[in-house]
Amino acid sequence: MSSTVTLPPSVEIVDQPLDTQMTISMGPQHPSTHGVLRLELVLDGEMVVKVKPDIGYLHTGMEKLFEYKKYQQGIVITDRMDYLNPLGNNLAYVMAVEKLLQLEIPERAQTIRVLFCELQRIASHLVWLGTHALDIGAMTVFFYCFREREKILNLIEAASGGRLTPSYFRIGGLMMDLPPGFERRVQQFQEAFPAAIEEFHKLLTGNKIFQKRTQDVGYISAEDAIDWGLSGPCLRGSGVRLDIRRANPYSSYEQYEFEIPTENGGDVWARYLVRMREMKESHRIVGQALARLKPGPVKADAPKVVLPDREAMKRHMDALIHHFLIVAEGFDVPAGEVYMPIEASKGELGVYVKSDGGPKPARVHFRGPSFVNLSAMPHMSEGAMVADIVAIIGSLDIVLGEIDR
Amino acid sequence: MTVGDNEKISQNQTASQAAQDVTPSQLAAALQREHPEWISEVVNALNETTAFVNRDHIVAVCAHLKSAPEASFNFLADLCGVDRGPEEEPRFEVNYHLFSTTKYHRLRLKVLLYDEDPHVPTVTGVWRTANWHERETFDLFGVIFDGHPDLRRILLPDDWQGHALRKDFPLRGYEPYSLK
Repeated sequence: MSSTVTLPPSVEIVDQPLDTQMTISMGPQHPSTHGVLRLELVLDGEMVVKVKPDIGYLHTGMEKLFEYKKYQQGIVITDRMDYLNPLGNNLAYVMAVEKLLQLEIPERAQTIRVLFCELQRIASHLVWLGTHALDIGAMTVFFYCFREREKILNLIEAASGGRLTPSYFRIGGLMMDLPPGFERRVQQFQEAFPAAIEEFHKLLTGNKIFQKRTQDVGYISAEDAIDWGLSGPCLRGSGVRLDIRRANPYSSYEQYEFEIPTENGGDVWARYLVRMREMKESHRIVGQALARLKPGPVKADAPKVVLPDREAMKRHMDALIHHFLIVAEGFDVPAGEVYMPIEASKGELGVYVKSDGGPKPARVHFRGPSFVNLSAMPHMSEGAMVADIVAIIGSLDIVLGEIDR
Repeated sequence: MTVGDNEKISQNQTASQAAQDVTPSQLAAALQREHPEWISEVVNALNETTAFVNRDHIVAVCAHLKSAPEASFNFLADLCGVDRGPEEEPRFEVNYHLFSTTKYHRLRLKVLLYDEDPHVPTVTGVWRTANWHERETFDLFGVIFDGHPDLRRILLPDDWQGHALRKDFPLRGYEPYSLK
């Protein structure tokens, strides 16, 4: 690859008397498509003239399923959408329902939610970093990333019992309080993680091959990025300083201090740098959340919505009745509709919930950041080389479970 | 370029700091006064504003809200359909969730459609991101977006029969699907 490649040259599709264009199908079983994405590539030699993403191979009708499940049963479905960021999905969904119910969430529960969302964001970015580097050819980074991610998954497992499908956030608070000694374990992770980030930088950031593969590849300008609805690190990589945690704060994010990393490059390299710096910021937020943890309740005071403690059920008849009713019949949610956006690890995750007043939602829709970010991919990749496509997909950090739903 | 280049810029921007001079509900109300034929109703509930837009004017409303400086809804966060049920009239809703990347406020536009005529003009000319959202809504609800550049199914196979998120589409079926 020539080192003078700068911006993608504009390609005009004109008559092809020699018929040199070739259409090839990349995926759905291609390892660098991160799941089952199929790309229809129209190639002129090694140059990409046109890209048509073909999605839906993982479509499981989740939004349909929500309409047949009670509100609290929907939480486990959200785990399976963006399976690298399940706690973010949990949070968006439960907050949407809580907004319909107008529930007040105790401070400790909010702090623990922030703590876990940021740990999950780091874990999600670690998978992105490992696989992105792997796609480009730097194999070593993958193992270092998964070593760190394992520590986070162990933390999530300690609190919720699940590693990839925690369902830890419940409508009205949390499943249960943190286990004893949890703060100390997070503290251990906190102490070790900055050195790990330095390790990643040493492995990758100064690597000339990695730089050549990512700089000036997959360029998108700030105006185009907004027009295409990009969000999260992809948008901030184009120089737009937008973070839902600051723009529309939720779960007390307005009380935390953190920077919004941006880069002006608009290319794969800029998105790489943004995510690397975001991990540091998340690490900072986790530290602040730890310091803010005060003893207190982790469930809202709403006996008709929140499951009672097991101990209370053994002693109080009304707790037992509430438990039975919530499990058997669910709880009614007032009629209305909400759109709840959060800053997930990949961008704006919005949940639209419409209630008709019963125990099951009338409609649940997820605005997955991966879905929207992938829709901008043809715009980014026209005029790129075939090998760049792999770098561009990696830089978008897509999860097909969320795209296809 | 080194890591942490523009770390120094103060980033303590919050929602309160972004000039909240006109709220979305005031915006929608003003737009309704100005163009009564565009917006039939404005509802404020749960800190969210919903403007019911007349179907024929959806593109004009969107273009206006995008370009007007006090609104500057330059970001289409989401577009989704809702089926109220086969017995309801109007049966379908199309929700447009607008967001401003400078003012940080949000607004929901809602278009109501009847079962026998589920057509609505496309807004891909206003925001290109509407493309896939509209394809998804077409795929799952059968709402037809007039003027859409590429209105094909997106999640389900091209030869799929019916629209899966309609209320009268069954959750389960017993016929296996096979590609033709």
